[in-house]
Amino acid sequence: MKARVTVTLKSGVLDPQGKAIEGALASLGIRGILGVRQGKVFDVELATEDAGEAEATLRQACEKLLANTVIENFHYEVETPGQNGGGRRGRETAPATLSPDDPTVEAADDAEMPIEGHP
Amino acid sequence: MKAAVILFPGSNRERDVERALRLAGADVQRVWHAEHELPAGTDLAVLPGGFSYGDYLRCGAIAARSPAMDAVRAHAARGGLVLGICNGFQILCESGLLPGALMRNAKLRFICHRQHVRVERADTAFTRNYAPGQVIDICVAHGEGNYTADPATLARLEGYGLVAFRYCDPNGEVTVDSNVNGSTNSIAGIYSPNRNVLGLMPHPENFVDPLVGGTDGLPLFQSLVGRIAQAA
Repeated sequence: MKARVTVTLKSGVLDPQGKAIEGALASLGIRGILGVRQGKVFDVELATEDAGEAEATLRQACEKLLANTVIENFHYEVETPGQNGGGRRGRETAPATLSPDDPTVEAADDAEMPIEGHP
Repeated sequence: MKAAVILFPGSNRERDVERALRLAGADVQRVWHAEHELPAGTDLAVLPGGFSYGDYLRCGAIAARSPAMDAVRAHAARGGLVLGICNGFQILCESGLLPGALMRNAKLRFICHRQHVRVERADTAFTRNYAPGQVIDICVAHGEGNYTADPATLARLEGYGLVAFRYCDPNGEVTVDSNVNGSTNSIAGIYSPNRNVLGLMPHPENFVDPLVGGTDGLPLFQSLVGRIAQAA
């Protein structure tokens, strides 16, 4: 089972790298960008095929290492093989789980995971 | 006084801090990060500067999860002294031994120069050989030293006198310009609540020999050695 973990800075934490990227985009003449926040993405392969177990593992991984919860929020999505059959190429995305202390992370933002190999 | 200097893959200031400790009269042993225990009788555990694990993931994040850090945590819980310099400070924050986090410098540059810092209190095991409010001239060398913490933590640090050092100008004034990395409240170093754990970004071990341009770092090591000698 595969999963994608996204780690982002909490709102209110200054992100000098995001600011520098914002400046570079503006200097390239790319208009219409109001702000950039830089984060990290981890693609994780899990041994289990059980969604509950996967979630427990991911939560532990995020809390213990992948995110520094002093300054960062995490968010993960588990890819489950398409249950709708019909040879549809793609996957379902299990309900996103949010860091409990941040209701502001928007799961919908991550809807564009690349489709990888699940029949 | 027995000091144990923990060596992580990518640490690179262990020799300097060992030299500083020996100059002050400490008995120093180096401990590999995979060790589960500190040498018997260790008074002081030191996390040296450098780039443990190449700063992968976040500075200090992986070193903070090493077996030796469990031993350091147990040592600190027993009231043992812990000193983390630069990457060592980052490791202490990542390990939860000190609160807050060290972020990318506000101006995004790696800074490496002499810097004045103010000794906020001179009644701790680390600073008793300084005067309160003394301005010392030491060095900074880091890319991620921008200290940040949530407002409640900051209030606690300030309220309980847990700020150890602040970046300042040569007169001891804490100004916007003297805040080299954008740290909240110009914080350069902090203590744990019992003041037995100190993390700081500047490098006192750089300035312990007049040959290198200064000795303002030496009293920190002498304070530690003197305090243990006194207790013995």
